[in-house]
Formats: sequence, C-alpha cells, structure tokens
Amino acid sequence: MRYGTNASACAALVRRDLLLTWRRRGDALNPVLFAVIVVVLFPLALGPEPNQLARISAGIVFVAILLAGLLALDTLFRGDHEDGSLEQLVLSPHPLPLLLGSKIAVHWLTTGLPLIVVAPVLAEMLHLPRSVLPVLLAALALATPLLSLFGAVCVALTVGMRRSGMLLALLVLPLYVPVLIFAAGACNAAQSGLAYLAPLLWLGAALALALVLAPLACAAALRISIS
Amino acid sequence: MSITLVRLSRPGRGASPHARDIRKLMIAGESNDPMPLLEARDLSYSRNDEPVFGPLDFRLHAGEVVLIEGDNGSGKTTLLRVLSGLLAPGGGSVRLNGENLTVARLSHQVALLGHQPGLKADLTPLENLNFAIGVFGLRAGITPHLALSSVGLEGYEDVPTRQLSAGQKKRVSLARLLLVPAALWLLDEPYANLDREGIDLVNRLLDAQARRGGAALVTSHGAYAFTSGSPRRLPLRATA
Repeated sequence: MRYGTNASACAALVRRDLLLTWRRRGDALNPVLFAVIVVVLFPLALGPEPNQLARISAGIVFVAILLAGLLALDTLFRGDHEDGSLEQLVLSPHPLPLLLGSKIAVHWLTTGLPLIVVAPVLAEMLHLPRSVLPVLLAALALATPLLSLFGAVCVALTVGMRRSGMLLALLVLPLYVPVLIFAAGACNAAQSGLAYLAPLLWLGAALALALVLAPLACAAALRISIS
Repeated sequence: MSITLVRLSRPGRGASPHARDIRKLMIAGESNDPMPLLEARDLSYSRNDEPVFGPLDFRLHAGEVVLIEGDNGSGKTTLLRVLSGLLAPGGGSVRLNGENLTVARLSHQVALLGHQPGLKADLTPLENLNFAIGVFGLRAGITPHLALSSVGLEGYEDVPTRQLSAGQKKRVSLARLLLVPAALWLLDEPYANLDREGIDLVNRLLDAQARRGGAALVTSHGAYAFTSGSPRRLPLRATA
C-alpha cells in the first residue's frame, strides 16, 4: 500500500491540469486574443489621438484583462464537474482546500500569466508612458491572482447550474471592483507623478488574505454545489 | 464470496410499516456480529423535505458484497453519495470501522464509481490512472499497466480516452478501483454499458475485492444479476 502525501496529490493535480492545458493549447490562447481585440476596439471607437488614449490606457488594459479573466473562469471547474472528476477530487483523502488551491494556481499560470505577458504590448498600443509600465506590471502581478482566487469561489458556487455564465459575471464583477480600483489607481497615480506604493501594498495585503481564505471558501462552496 | 442483497423501502406514505419489519429482521439477525466495516443506523436523506430514502439500518462486513436494487428514482445513487460522504445524511449515522465519520475520515477508505466515469477525455487511460494514484494512493502489488490489462484494455494505454467507447471508459474506471487502496467500494450501476464479458469482469473484481477482505455496495436497477452465489439484496422502492 502506498498512500499519497498531500504534496504528491497536489503535484499530481498540477501535472494533470498542465497536461490538459497543453493538450488544448489552442484554447489557452483565447483569453489573450480576447484582451487584444478589446483593447483594439477603444482606439477604433475613440479615435487614435495619442494623448487622449494615454490618459485612459491603464484603465482600458485593466478592464480588458479583467474581462478576459472572467471569460476564462468558467473553465476552472466546469470540465471536471461534467466528467465526474470533481466528485473524485472531493472524495480524495487530502484536504480539499489544498487541492483547489493547486487548481487555482494552475489556472492563474495558464490564464493570468499569459495576460501579464501580453500587457506591455497592450499598453504600448494605447500609448501608455513607458515609465508607468513597471507599475502596471506590478499591479497586474498582484491583481490577476486575486481575480483568479475571487473568481474561483464564485465558480465553485455556480458549478452545479447549467448556463451559469451571466450569473457568474454578476457574482464576480462586484468582487472585482476593489481590485480594479486599487490596480488602476496605482497606475493613474504613477502617471500623474504621485506616490503609487500604497494601492500596490493594499493589493498585496488582499492577495495574502485571499491566498489563505479563498481556497477554504472555494472548498465549502464546492461541497454545497455538488450536493 | 458472500454476496448479500438488502431490501430497502422508501419512507413514509404507507411504505414504512414494511420498512420497519425489514429493519427489525435485519437487526435481529445481526445483533451479535463482529465489528462491521460499514454500519448505517437510522440513515435517511431528504431533499427539500421530500424523503429520498430511509430510515435504513444495515451493516456491511469485510468480505461482503451487497447489491442495492431499486427502480429508477428510488434513491440508490443518493444512498451511495451519502455513504461516500459527498452528501451529509439527513438523519442517522454512518460508521466506518466503528468510528463516527466526517466526510474527510470516510474518504480515506472509500472508492466511489459514479455514473460519470471521472476520466479526462483528453488524457490517455494511463495518464488518468496515474493521476488517480497520485491523489488516492496505490494498492500493494499492482501497477497501472497490470490494472489495465486485467480489465481487458491491454494496448489501449496510450489511446486518448475520448476515442474509447462508453464500455471501455467504464473499464478504465474499474481499473482505477483496482489501483486505489480503498477497503469499501461503492459502485453505482457498474454493469451499465458493459457487454456480457464486462459483466463477468465486474463480478470477478467484486469476488477478488471480497476475498482480500474488502467490501462493496453495488447498485443495479435489476436488469443484471450476479452470476454466482445468492446475493444479499437491499432494494429501494420509489414512493410517488
């Protein structure tokens, strides 16, 4: 008999989810393409005036990335719920919050991280001043995991329902508002030459809190949804 | 193999006197038992105040296989989900090895085979099994290759699971049961989608599970019968 440890169970889950993403690597690019297209829409609608775009560029980048993340959220548990592997995961002898935490981490790696990578391109398309770019990236690095963690709790709540897409958006977007305010606020402050550290620190504090609490809430929500 | 088939009725609305008789019989027959692997007392479950099954009393000992029979909608699947810990019982208690169990405790020794096979279609059977080993552990003396060949899927190790038929997927989830070190198997309609040979396979696996001191609860809507022994039956009946 060999009973797996918590670490080996998480490693197996991470390996499986990465492998699944790799097998469907075309789908993995969709959020990035979506964010690029949303950003392209703004100059088309507002006109290509660089100064006007530069003023609102940080906000546009954040909203585009937030919406792209929202579209990708649904895939977090849906597939596992449909084929029954979520049931098996809940029945596993290891702490469910830990396993879900690994799942969320992989989800961030495969959706959040590519969005951060593409963010400098988006910022450049909207004439964001280069000096603000490091702040934008720092804010994204703190904000995207938060979006994944908050989102996971709401996905766990709605996973038992069919066609929960709109409901999910209505649940998640209010939770995303503070993240958006602090992240875009940091960039706007940096752009106007003001101190930008405080909003970033708030994001960091929220991330520390969410890293601990969100997997627990996610596990509780999931147990409710599958019953 | 001592196969047992236990008779269950749904509660309330005229069915209960019958259910009580059966409960008394079962308790009287098993009063001075050794410690059962699984023991349910007064177990019931209600959804939105509608009783789904129970109250039920039954015991399952190591080396026993119990067939739960019932019509569609009689609560077989719900019973297995309660016993596995996926659902909290509405009333009564479930004990595993004499211990009162929370969901987490139960999960250590229970393997559930549900309606959905729980396999990722994009992964091969081997990758699916390796994931199950990582999460649930590995029984001594078996490997994923061995398990796959013993369910008749030799040569399918590296075929994407989406290309397998429903019966072959069922066989992969049976292979997962062979690999994980659970003492109690909860099998929900294990005979569904399987051919004649597959049904024999399930019976052989149940036989082996009983012989190594495990136990199994098996649901069936009655279309398939055990080929050997006279099983203890636990039929559930729908009230409507």
